Amino acid sequence: MTVIRGITHRRDPAALQRFLITSIALAILWPMMELAQFDVFALFEDRKLNVFINFLGQFFPPDLQRSFLLLVIKATLETLAMATAGITLAMLIAIPLGLIITYSLSISRIGPASGHWLAKLGRYCARMLMLLLRGIPEIVWALLLVRVFGLGPIAGVLAIGITYGGMLAKVYSEILETGNTLPAKALLISGSGRVNAFLYGLLPGTAQELASYTVYRWECAVRASVVMGFVGAGGLGQLMDQSMKMLNGGEVSTILIMFLLLVLLADYISLVIRRQLA
Amino acid sequence: MNTHPAREFCLKCLVTLLVILSCIAVSFIYLSFNPLALFTKQAMSDVAIYTARFFPPDLSPLFLKKVWDGVLQTLAISALATLLAAIASLFLALPAAGQFGHAPKVMTRFLLNFLRSVPELVWAVLMVLAVGLGPFAGTLALCLHTIGVLGRLFGETLENHPQESTEALKLAGASKAQAFIYGALPGVFSQFLSYSLYRWEMNIRMATILGFVGAGGLGQILYYELSLLHEPQASTVIMAMLILVIGVDMVSNQLRRVQMHSLG
Repeated sequence: MTVIRGITHRRDPAALQRFLITSIALAILWPMMELAQFDVFALFEDRKLNVFINFLGQFFPPDLQRSFLLLVIKATLETLAMATAGITLAMLIAIPLGLIITYSLSISRIGPASGHWLAKLGRYCARMLMLLLRGIPEIVWALLLVRVFGLGPIAGVLAIGITYGGMLAKVYSEILETGNTLPAKALLISGSGRVNAFLYGLLPGTAQELASYTVYRWECAVRASVVMGFVGAGGLGQLMDQSMKMLNGGEVSTILIMFLLLVLLADYISLVIRRQLA
Repeated sequence: MNTHPAREFCLKCLVTLLVILSCIAVSFIYLSFNPLALFTKQAMSDVAIYTARFFPPDLSPLFLKKVWDGVLQTLAISALATLLAAIASLFLALPAAGQFGHAPKVMTRFLLNFLRSVPELVWAVLMVLAVGLGPFAGTLALCLHTIGVLGRLFGETLENHPQESTEALKLAGASKAQAFIYGALPGVFSQFLSYSLYRWEMNIRMATILGFVGAGGLGQILYYELSLLHEPQASTVIMAMLILVIGVDMVSNQLRRVQMHSLG
């Protein structure tokens, strides 16, 4: 109820609008809940609830048997190695791709043959490839690669390399284009090659940002490599998947704790390296 | 602009670089993975043969309908999970921003950190145990993880928001709830909304793969078809995923550009 100049509005002037918005929202929400088979009562089904509570109950205490701990530590090292090797492969993919699509290194843009169709085609193909690499989630790549290279960390390393290669290429080219591009342009105009223009014109100003982003991606890769284990691509995730399937809560909780520690460690390492670069 | 003179020789940088390089070498050795082995004739023909099995993709109307349903389900899972998480985070943001004193703040933050640290896929496995296979498990799993993320972001926004208007309402006699709804909420709502939309974008991506552990959506169809060695069908699903992910990317980029223009 608002009072303006003595007139009392008993009704909310925006009532119709609000009513319409609410009904449209409900009309969208209802089929969505149907699609997602939203069923709160499923949470309280006796049988499932018992299994779940039993499983959660086993989380305490965590399984700290020596033999199992050794397995967990081995898997943790494997996870770290997967992330490191994966990022290395990603860089090998990203550096050439990123350089190809970077406009500030384009000779065809400044020369007499401005906008040559061959250059355009090459850049277009590189962009498409990049989109394909990073558009498919890493776990899907892992699932596919496991079928070619067998269960184990190699599929995971390749999956990280492919997806993160696409992502790094995109970000590398963005970093190279948003920095100061005049030195590179000057070099290109005065006749230097693209590689030299990159090394002497662009790299000095952007190296720190490029490296720091790569380290950040390494941190993401550690997280991702855990998840990829669920499709059999090695590391902590694979161990967790096995323990989950056997409903061994104690083992799962040990692995979860280890995973949280690992993520913290990766956070810390990446912070230290990035600070050193600054 | 790079105005620094060329850097002098730096021992620390050199040592860091050497450590990193040796870590990389150790990683490859530990995994006994030789990247050059990928370029042998055997490996390349294996990959080529396997890739060829994905073509041509299955584009029969019946299967396309199934994939389309999968896409809709993926969108529904992500939207519902984000909506529920945003509502829950709204309530958790108050204690997380320290509105009810110190002890609730620490406890809520711990809870939010925990929810956020466990990956979505692990939540999904747990939820599949709790409510059975299907998209509902995926919705719950995404929701739990998203509460962890949004709760923290909402709480921080609320903490950084100036308190004057809330204080003024309280002094004028408004209750705590009224002071929050009319004093703080209008100021932070647009920020909350943009965080939620951003999270929805990430959740769509996540919902496409939650199905790998049986939590519904496109991922479940893909996992199922690949298990049955139906590669042409799998390749249709992968294409649908690719289109979905790229589409979401483009829409959100466009929206961000529009938003940036409207902000000047």
